[in-house]
Amino acid sequence: MIPTKEEWMNALNDRHGAMFQEKILSTTVAICGLGGLGSNIAISLARAGIGKLILIDFDRVDITNLHRQGYKANQIGMRKTEALQDNLKEINPYLETEIYTIRLDESNARNILSGADIICEAFDNAEEKANIVNFVLSEMPEKYIVAASGMAGLGSSDLIKTRKVSGRFYLCGDEVSDVKDGIGLVSTRVMLCAAHQAHAVLRIIAKEYEV
Amino acid sequence: MVRINGENLDVSGKSVAEYLNLTGYDLMRVAVELNGNIVPKARYADIVFKDGDSVEIVRFVGGG
Repeated sequence: MIPTKEEWMNALNDRHGAMFQEKILSTTVAICGLGGLGSNIAISLARAGIGKLILIDFDRVDITNLHRQGYKANQIGMRKTEALQDNLKEINPYLETEIYTIRLDESNARNILSGADIICEAFDNAEEKANIVNFVLSEMPEKYIVAASGMAGLGSSDLIKTRKVSGRFYLCGDEVSDVKDGIGLVSTRVMLCAAHQAHAVLRIIAKEYEV
Repeated sequence: MVRINGENLDVSGKSVAEYLNLTGYDLMRVAVELNGNIVPKARYADIVFKDGDSVEIVRFVGGG
C-alpha cells in the first residue's frame, strides 16, 4: 500500500526534522548523466525527499550498466531517463521529475539547467565533465555545482573525498583513478562517490558550506 | 610566487596555457580558477600568472 503524501512527509520530518525537510522539499537538483554516479545520486536524493530532480542522459540501459547503476534487468534497452524516472517514482511517489533524453552541451545547457538550484556533474567522459563544469562556473555562476573526478578501480574507499574547490564548486572523488587506465569501475567505489555528491547536495541545502 | 593547488611555485609571467602544457595537463580535461574566478578556456593563452595569485587546477579523469 502506497503511503499518502501526508504520511510520507511525516515520516521524513521524523528523520530529518521539519525545518530541514522543508528546505530539501523546496530544492531542485539537476543531474547531468544517469550512469553509476547520476542514478545513485538521484536515488539518494529521492529517498531524502528532494522536491524536484531534472534528469539528463541521452543513453539507454545496457547490460554492462547493471552492476553499478540504479536500473533493473528488465529495463535493458530502455532510455535511462525513463527507466530511472519509473524507479524513482516507485521509491518516492511524490517526487517531481523533469527528464531530458539529450546530450547536454553548451548549446542547450542554459535552458535545461536554469531551473536548478544545485547541479550535479555525473558524466563518465573526462572532457564532457570538464566542459559542463567550465560552462556552469563561467555562464551560470549563481548555481552550485557538485562534480566528480576519480572513482575507478578497487582503491581504498577512504581516498574518495569531497573538496570545496571555491565558492560554489565542490569536487568528489580521489581525483586520479582514471577508467582509461584499464582498472574498471567497481560498484561500491562508484556508489561511494555518488553518496559523497548526494551528501554534498544535502549539506549545501542545510547551508553547511564547508567540508 | 604563485600559489597553485596549495603549493608556492615560481611561475609568475607564465600564461595559464604555458603552465598547463609544461606540467602535462590535458587542456580539454581541466577547470582552472584564478583568485576564485573560473578562467574561460578561450583565455588560457592570454591570462598570465603574477606574484600573489592563487590558482586551483582541477583535473578530470574518466569514470562515472
